[in-house]
Amino acid sequence: MGKFPTGWCAEMSELLGMGFFQRALVAGLLLSLVCGALSVFIVLRRMAFIGVGISHSAFGGVALGFLLGVDPLWTGIGFAVLVAVLIEWARTRGRLEEDAAIGILFAASMAAGVIFLHLSRAYNVDIFGFLFGNILAIGGRQVGEIAVVTMVVLAAVAVFFKELVFLSFDEEMAWVSGVPVAGLRYFFLILLALVIIAAIYLVGIILVAALLVIPGALACNLVRHIRPMLAVSVAAAASACLGGLLLSVVLNWPSGATIVLLLSLGFLASVLLSRRRAGGGG
Amino acid sequence: MTTPAVHIRDLWVTFNHVPILEDINLDIRPGSYVGILGPNGAGKSTLLKVILGLIPPSRGEVQVFGQSPRKLRQAGSLIGYLPQRPLNNPRFPVSALDVVLMGRFGRLGLGRRPGRRDKEIALMNLEKLGIRHLAHRLIGELSGGEQQRVFIARALALEPRLLVLDEPTIFLDACAQDDLYEMIHHLKEELELTVLVVSHNIGAVAAHVDDVVCLNRRIHVHEPPPIGRLALESTFGCSVEYLFHGEIPHRVVRRDE
Repeated sequence: MGKFPTGWCAEMSELLGMGFFQRALVAGLLLSLVCGALSVFIVLRRMAFIGVGISHSAFGGVALGFLLGVDPLWTGIGFAVLVAVLIEWARTRGRLEEDAAIGILFAASMAAGVIFLHLSRAYNVDIFGFLFGNILAIGGRQVGEIAVVTMVVLAAVAVFFKELVFLSFDEEMAWVSGVPVAGLRYFFLILLALVIIAAIYLVGIILVAALLVIPGALACNLVRHIRPMLAVSVAAAASACLGGLLLSVVLNWPSGATIVLLLSLGFLASVLLSRRRAGGGG
Repeated sequence: MTTPAVHIRDLWVTFNHVPILEDINLDIRPGSYVGILGPNGAGKSTLLKVILGLIPPSRGEVQVFGQSPRKLRQAGSLIGYLPQRPLNNPRFPVSALDVVLMGRFGRLGLGRRPGRRDKEIALMNLEKLGIRHLAHRLIGELSGGEQQRVFIARALALEPRLLVLDEPTIFLDACAQDDLYEMIHHLKEELELTVLVVSHNIGAVAAHVDDVVCLNRRIHVHEPPPIGRLALESTFGCSVEYLFHGEIPHRVVRRDE
């Protein structure tokens, strides 16, 4: 902790003036916005494990990108969307429970990823970046990609907000009322796959699920209506992201892991707060 | 002759080659109040789900107001439905009014937000069920009976012609059960609905409905319901219900094996 006290403010303002840190901040805040919003639906729909499955599957896609020598972002998106669609397809066929489908697909695509990497002989620092995130090394083009994904996903959530709430509440009832449930389920999974791939820059494949689960779970502990819940979830993600980035630079810690740790601490605090409130209320 | 509200011919439903419903034939007149009775596992909920279009028939034909249930659903459903367990997650963060508004979503179509008229319809239905004062309470905070009314209000917010209720009284005490059936009768008259109620409680149902359909994989139809002895027998439970079946005067549409 030696760096903390001396010249901290000066260091901060110097940091904020640097291009790499500005890009990291913008990317982090955009991703917090979209992850925070989706997170509420993921928690309400009990889909946490799907997030883990899709993000780990993306590893196969990223490795394929290295093998073929193309941008791993695109092969990652392709793989993640494919796995999302396969999970849903296996579920609707009814032959396989959803959690089994996720478990099989995510192990298989990680295994494929290891083989692809072996064939490409590209065991290098890029891989580590994809596994654990490397937001401080993010380029302008990637910030642009993240901005596009954020816009698309937020617009989709805004347009289909009432359907997403209904689906999360009771899918069978939504179907009976004439809502196109099957299409919306695929649609939501594809959105999720897009966000996961974009968020991999921030915290990496291994930790991305935390960003999709913790903010929503935290918000569920603190508020009881869906709209404030979305606001609290986004705010929690954004403050963890901001705080985590600063802290990681100051302490020279890995940024993705610092963000996730801060979020987890926030969740712990929300548990204690809601306990106390429940105790006080009766 | 008018189109029947529900028209079923030679319906079979099987899961993994096990028949759940066998050779069902049933016509339900528009404007009638029909109780479907039967023991657990008789296929009552399955029959409702076939009528709703949730489960496709393995064989046979189902029409609701002269159309296949799936077509009807796409055209904007005319069926209001109360599922057996309408609240899967008691901590779900929506108010009673939000839940009733969900009944409007199918009519509104994708991506269109509920407007003032939808809100008025939702509030009016809460009013009808006597729970308008609970509109802004969280759904999970309400009592079982109050929740049931919210979900019936949601079914009505769809502006249905057919109301389908799956075990509506399962979480209610005897008094509340009678109140509920009375209220449904009243709503049926006021809104000119056809009502289908599934229950395993013969007494409560037989006292209120026009027709009784006894279902145990196959069907028997009673018109009018033999209320007296059935009501008496209700306290004895399901096995009695079927021992009893041959004695009372009724019209058997299909004979059991």
